[in-house]
Amino acid sequence: MKVPVVERILSANDRLALENQALLDTHGVLGVNLMASPGAGKTSLIEATIDALGGRLRLGAVDGDIATSLDADRIAARGIPAVQINTGGSCHLDANMLKNALPTVPLDDIDLLLVENVGNLVCPANFKIGTHFNVIIASIPEGDDKPYKYPPMYTGVDVLIINKIDLLPYLDFDLDYFKHGVAVLNPDVVTFEVSCKTGEGISAWAGWLAEQVAQHRAER
Amino acid sequence: MTQSVLQIVLRHAEKAGAKRVTQIDLTIGDFSSIVDDSVQFYFDILSQDTIAESAQLVFHRVPGELRCWDCQATFAPDGRSYVCPGCGSVRVQVVAGREFRVDSIEVE
Repeated sequence: MKVPVVERILSANDRLALENQALLDTHGVLGVNLMASPGAGKTSLIEATIDALGGRLRLGAVDGDIATSLDADRIAARGIPAVQINTGGSCHLDANMLKNALPTVPLDDIDLLLVENVGNLVCPANFKIGTHFNVIIASIPEGDDKPYKYPPMYTGVDVLIINKIDLLPYLDFDLDYFKHGVAVLNPDVVTFEVSCKTGEGISAWAGWLAEQVAQHRAER
Repeated sequence: MTQSVLQIVLRHAEKAGAKRVTQIDLTIGDFSSIVDDSVQFYFDILSQDTIAESAQLVFHRVPGELRCWDCQATFAPDGRSYVCPGCGSVRVQVVAGREFRVDSIEVE
């Protein structure tokens, strides 16, 4: 006997993600999910964002890592609450992992929660975790063909950050080719070109984030 | 991901009063990052001691398809670029290949 089902495979995860978002909304916290391959600059971007916004907004961080707390330690050294999720070998965060971590985040004391996903350019794309924005960080040394080779990661994001832009003169990276690949998959993506090392472009990104926090609060 | 497939299958099988699930039909777009063999491998492990044990997963693959805004042609991505092979336009959009769902199950 054939039984029709027609159900999206990750619908259970998506339901938990909605619960996470509702919890963040209750506390007036804007959540941002930062995804990228290893070494693209996720932790560096969080550090640069803290430095740019620390005086204006109260930040918190959740850090997904397979085994260590190296990244959470770096962020905590900036004086903001940083919670570590060790995924125990899993290559991405899912909604349930964030749900379990959120009670240890001081949600009443922060305005913006930056979630650093596990370094991986394949799996995190499939798992919503309940943040208001999904961000992918691409970096110049990774090469300009990534949107063509890893389309799912570029499809579901709201923001694209192109990091290490200071290396552009030294590497064969065709910025137009890269951007076209992203535009086809995701025409509405908001793009920032930055260098966490030189600080170029960080104020534009930080300004955009501050605007989203203000807007999120106004909508409550 | 495989766990999620199993949960969906067991829920629908129980609702249908099934004793055993023999086949699971999935539709997976090529823009979804899923490897058929891995999903079957993990499914075999996860489904042990359930009514879906040793069910065969059948993957219906939907190839990625792009449409050109300018000449309206549809074409498959060649893995290197997203430029329209007909008119050379770069104004193209994804129209198929993002599917990711359980379609039906065969039960006894």
